[in-house]
Amino acid sequence: MSITIIYTIISLSALGVTAAIILYFVAQKFKVVEDPRIDQVEEMLPGANCGGCGFPGCRGFADALVKADDISNYNCPVSDAQAMVDIAGVLGHEATAADPKIAVVRCNGTCDNRKSVNNYDGAKTCSIEAALYAGDTGCSFGCFGHGDCVDACTFDAMYMDSKTGLPVIIDDKCVACGACVKACPKNIIELRNKGKKDRRIFVSCVNEDKGGPAKKACSVACIGCGKCVKVCPFDAITIENNLAYIDYNKCKLCRKCVVECPTNAIHELNFPPRKPVAEKTEAVIKENSTENKD
Amino acid sequence: MLKTFKKGGVHPAENKLSANAPIVTAEIPKTATIPLGQHIGAPASPIVKKGDQVKVGQVIAQSSGFVSANIHSSVSGTVAKIDDIIDATGFKKPCIIITVEGDEWLEEINRSSDIDKNLNHKSADIINKVKEAGIVGLGGATFPSHIKLSVPPGKTAEVLLINGVECEPYLTADHRLMLEKGEEMIIGTKLLMIALGVSKGAIGIENNKPDAIKHLQEIVKNYEGIEVVPLKVKYPQGGEKQLIKAVINREVPSGTLPIEVGAVVHNVGTAFAVYEAVQKNKPLLERVVTVTGKSVSNPSNFMVRIGTPTTQLIEAAGGLPQDTGKVVSGGPMMGKALSNLGVPITKGSSGVLLFKKDEASRRLIQPCIRCAKCVTVCPMGLEPYLLMNQTEMQNWEEVENNRTMDCIECGSCMYTCPADRPLLDYIRLGKSTVGNIIRSRKQ
Repeated sequence: MSITIIYTIISLSALGVTAAIILYFVAQKFKVVEDPRIDQVEEMLPGANCGGCGFPGCRGFADALVKADDISNYNCPVSDAQAMVDIAGVLGHEATAADPKIAVVRCNGTCDNRKSVNNYDGAKTCSIEAALYAGDTGCSFGCFGHGDCVDACTFDAMYMDSKTGLPVIIDDKCVACGACVKACPKNIIELRNKGKKDRRIFVSCVNEDKGGPAKKACSVACIGCGKCVKVCPFDAITIENNLAYIDYNKCKLCRKCVVECPTNAIHELNFPPRKPVAEKTEAVIKENSTENKD
Repeated sequence: MLKTFKKGGVHPAENKLSANAPIVTAEIPKTATIPLGQHIGAPASPIVKKGDQVKVGQVIAQSSGFVSANIHSSVSGTVAKIDDIIDATGFKKPCIIITVEGDEWLEEINRSSDIDKNLNHKSADIINKVKEAGIVGLGGATFPSHIKLSVPPGKTAEVLLINGVECEPYLTADHRLMLEKGEEMIIGTKLLMIALGVSKGAIGIENNKPDAIKHLQEIVKNYEGIEVVPLKVKYPQGGEKQLIKAVINREVPSGTLPIEVGAVVHNVGTAFAVYEAVQKNKPLLERVVTVTGKSVSNPSNFMVRIGTPTTQLIEAAGGLPQDTGKVVSGGPMMGKALSNLGVPITKGSSGVLLFKKDEASRRLIQPCIRCAKCVTVCPMGLEPYLLMNQTEMQNWEEVENNRTMDCIECGSCMYTCPADRPLLDYIRLGKSTVGNIIRSRKQ
């Protein structure tokens, strides 16, 4: 056996041992003491890294939770309410389960309801169209329909309806992370309470124009007439800048405003069909048919 | 060899259809709609109310901040209302609407067309007159001119450049103004030189206007210190920084104003407006507007009162052709499409351009083929393809580091792109977002 091999083995082993000793001291010197609870909390978070909590990813949120003295203002919209209570338990805080929320598209300006008045020919994204002008319809507040919100959604909870040209939110998948709210340059999407049995009532319009121009631009626009405010028994509706807004914390889902609205701007979701309305439509149909006969 | 700027540039088809059409005074409109925000900066605040009688030249809205300008009535009559009117972008903007009755001018305005050659003015007086007259940059940027004339402390102006380049295709408003009001314009230039305290002035004109160059060269013989500089035809030579590079071969550093290299640039239209304001006491209430397009039966240049509806001008130029696909305010490269034709002519409208349907629409967007043509033509030395990609990915830090704020939005990159990519659309978005980020950082 050649002596070269032995020298090689010895010198390499010596190098290895020296490096190990140096590394040991360096590791001691630059040791980072991290709260083990951060890992524990991170485990309990969904790991989607969506940023819906306002922190850079789940690790960032876990770090913030551990460091915070009071975690009542912190909320992970993606986890269910119980997860936050569990985390609070681990950290020794008290927590109340926050009401689950969901994104709601507040525009019903479909191609039929809201006629286009010019052709937009630029890049097909909402943010660019918003930077250029008011849009290709008479309504300068409504949806552009290029789907910036759908692109922003990391949970596959949205799609563009090709018939209406409006985004649709899939209730089961939406976790209310708020990415679409941030992506929308027109502030159309709002996070609202999910409501009992997923039942929701909201004003599906953001047009702040006066009644005449609003109605001219879109047949289902809120015209700020105030009928809903008068009919609401719970003072849940306010009108500001010719636009009604329903406070979801006060709303008791009685649906009186939905019937009252003259332009059908107030929408109800996931309610069972109601009888009187059906009768009414039938009556209208009958009336029409008799008129036709005459 | 003719002078020009070095970096980039394109040469679109010139199409100066209205170059031989003399300036015609447009009819006074029946109602004038005068927007309160016709300039960069804070909109003016109205000082008249509904029912007030106004005369031509009367101040109807006052400058409301450091960067702002007065607005004068361009017609005489009664103020019908002060209301929000849908502007060219589709949004509502406050306007003063005046029902026109006769044409009664304020007495102090001298309406004779005699040329007043008196140059015995003080600098401060001229700047004050310019401010009072509500003069803004008439090349299109509409920056209040009096601010440009007040040189900030620590800086010195060495040379005044007058921008007679008119590098935008189709437009001929400045060209006709130089031919027909050449002497007045030169006196205006002289007044601007007195205001700035400079002894050198240069008028840059592209070589596709030989008649204007010759005409002005004759006139400047009588005026000391002013030189007419013929320039090679290249877009966007009318950009402030490009013009400075072309005429005096100085480069304005990134993020600074031309005064940094001792230059101040004004448009020929502005120089003429200054002449009228100082010598004739006439505020800025009318401007030259080119109405043109391949399908327009009578491409013309009009002297238009501010507030005249665009439709009226199109009628005067032979009516709206059947196959019109797009109407643009300004030139084809930097102009903005109008979303409705009811919008009035403002201080910044240099032209009304009508495109046929087949000329109007964009072609299909295709993937970038990495040819780097956009990099070659960018007059600011930017990389448009990169700015677009980074903006698309919302990588704002990189967008800022790649100097997106230097972009002058000339559109050369998009014009030259063989894949028809919407480069400028994205760069504009990047500019506004990065601008907001920078502003919030400063606060």
